[in-house]
Amino acid sequence: MSLLSWGMFPNIQNKIFTLRDEKSLSSYIKETDEFIPYGNGRSYGDSALNDNIIYAKPYNNFLSFDDKKGILHAQAGVLLSEILEAFVSRGWFLKVTPGTKLITLGGAIASDVHGKNHHVEGCFSECVEEFTIMGVDGKIKSCKRGDELFLATCGGMGLTGVILSAKISLKKINSKNINQTTIKTKNLKETFEAFENNKEKPYSVAWIDCLAKDKDIGKCLLMVGDFADDGNLEYKSKKKLTIPFNFPSFALNTLSVKAFNYLYYAKAKDGISKQKVDIDTFFYPLDAIGDWNKIYGSGGFTQYQFILPKEQSYKGLKEILTKISASGKGSFLAVLKLYGKENKNYLSFPLEGYSLALDFKIERGLFELLDALDEVVIRHGGRIYLTKDVRVSKETFEKGYPQIEKFRAYRKEHKMDKKLNSLQSKRVQI
Amino acid sequence: MSYVLILGAKGDMAKELARVYAKNGYNLYLAAREASTLEDLKQDIEVRSGVDVELVEFDITAFETHEKFYTSLKKRPLGVIVVAGFMCEQKVAQNDWSKTLQTINVNYTGALSILNIVANDFEKERHGFIVGISSVAGDRGRKTNYIYGSAKAGFSAYLSGLRNRLYESGVSVLTVKPGFVNTKMTESLDLPKNLTAQPEDVAEDIFKAQQRGRNIIYTKSIWMFIMLIIKHIPEFIFKKMSI
Repeated sequence: MSLLSWGMFPNIQNKIFTLRDEKSLSSYIKETDEFIPYGNGRSYGDSALNDNIIYAKPYNNFLSFDDKKGILHAQAGVLLSEILEAFVSRGWFLKVTPGTKLITLGGAIASDVHGKNHHVEGCFSECVEEFTIMGVDGKIKSCKRGDELFLATCGGMGLTGVILSAKISLKKINSKNINQTTIKTKNLKETFEAFENNKEKPYSVAWIDCLAKDKDIGKCLLMVGDFADDGNLEYKSKKKLTIPFNFPSFALNTLSVKAFNYLYYAKAKDGISKQKVDIDTFFYPLDAIGDWNKIYGSGGFTQYQFILPKEQSYKGLKEILTKISASGKGSFLAVLKLYGKENKNYLSFPLEGYSLALDFKIERGLFELLDALDEVVIRHGGRIYLTKDVRVSKETFEKGYPQIEKFRAYRKEHKMDKKLNSLQSKRVQI
Repeated sequence: MSYVLILGAKGDMAKELARVYAKNGYNLYLAAREASTLEDLKQDIEVRSGVDVELVEFDITAFETHEKFYTSLKKRPLGVIVVAGFMCEQKVAQNDWSKTLQTINVNYTGALSILNIVANDFEKERHGFIVGISSVAGDRGRKTNYIYGSAKAGFSAYLSGLRNRLYESGVSVLTVKPGFVNTKMTESLDLPKNLTAQPEDVAEDIFKAQQRGRNIIYTKSIWMFIMLIIKHIPEFIFKKMSI
């Protein structure tokens, strides 16, 4: 059995080593020429793919929990969903969570993931107190905040070793519910204003209609919210629907995208509406549909996510949205978000500005379109998110990540550059 | 809260079953040979769910110890799940009587030995549930796996009779027939992805079926249809096939 990434592209064969204990991992690492760790397969592109894969998800024991400080110690294969199942009912939640809870703790660190509260809380690494990692010499190292290994590993795409366990701090909550306000905007200018006016709200994200043209470009639904205080902590993961097979690719045509967008618009008929929703609805709407990636057909898809510095965001986004709208390659999902300050990690994605994420079915002409979008992103001082990427060029990547040379030097110094590689790291020569 | 006894608690499926029952508030007896090697799992479950987990020494092929094992549990379990299983390659089993015997003793004789004791107790109490992990391999003997399959076939027949007997006492008996499951046992096999279940999904399926008082489940459920077809192929054709 081979492991694919979430985008199901590229469709490659690989050999899997299942991580169950440190001893066998150590021998595997010493014997194997080149490999990459893999968690739950939720990165979209080729960042966790290679001929040899270390499948880390079964390495998933909880080790301890300090309920005074809220610090959880767990092995790296634990899913965020398992943390929620164990702790929401006891009044704890993740400080930082991405839009899916179906990722491993190790993956969250390696991608230094972020969520709807990035403008307030920053990236996942902010809640990581320390971790252990097995290097290419097969030895285990502990790593604390402030170490160079910490800066290289958080956001380092698994290219500094195999993360084994981590201590993360959780945040206290008084409810499993979120008071959500949905704000409808007519264009990009209004969207930006809405984000700025709601900057103090802990969670915010916008759904953008990517098919909108001309003066409607950038119209969106902005959803902001914060945890309620109603004491209701009764939490159980919802039963998920499943998509049993790959949809025929014609299922995702412009019409279905329009229909989807329409549904979102009907939600805030009068401009602003308020709802009380639970954790799963607010943070993880797509997790309710298991395997939703199959909706794009067996050819696979990719997600294009970039970020632009704040002062360049309006101009850059307008140009990119115009290009996407004109291309007719509509995206099922387009998410816009305002980010807070950049951290010091070598390869973390976020910087202060606006990020847009859209899905594209893999089809002829797509990569040319994305290359053209890359050019706009780079011209405006932005960067591409490696966790989503399957095709970015070395040049585009390098221009977006000014600390890349430090990362390369660190890998070389510790002899990681030969053994630890993904298809992505080889493409962009990390 | 009540205890659930998991017999053969070392494998991946047992681990996920333990987590699912703990998540739903049950305390656990985890029984296996060298039970102390399950300390990590005990700790994991206690951190996750805050239930009580007891490790107990148990060897399913040491039939003579079973009575004492069961009566010395500190509190009678509400449910018993037999996960213990042994499978080796058919070629190995057919050439090595000790392997054949082990296949029979773990999958069939040992399971009956302990379940006879449990069943008598539950019948008297008129309370409890029994879950037996059998296999689709028991539905029809195939040349590639018939020694293991015949032991599982015997176990399935036993569970069916037991269900019939205990019905009047209000004790439920669930037969589980997993198809391919992605575990350590099957790690080296090249299994078809669409037919292969993850152990955590199998555990959820079992928990739900048990709570609903179901009789027989296949997991993944598509295996019910596959086995329906396989069972209905006429013998004069089947004997010529390689599946």
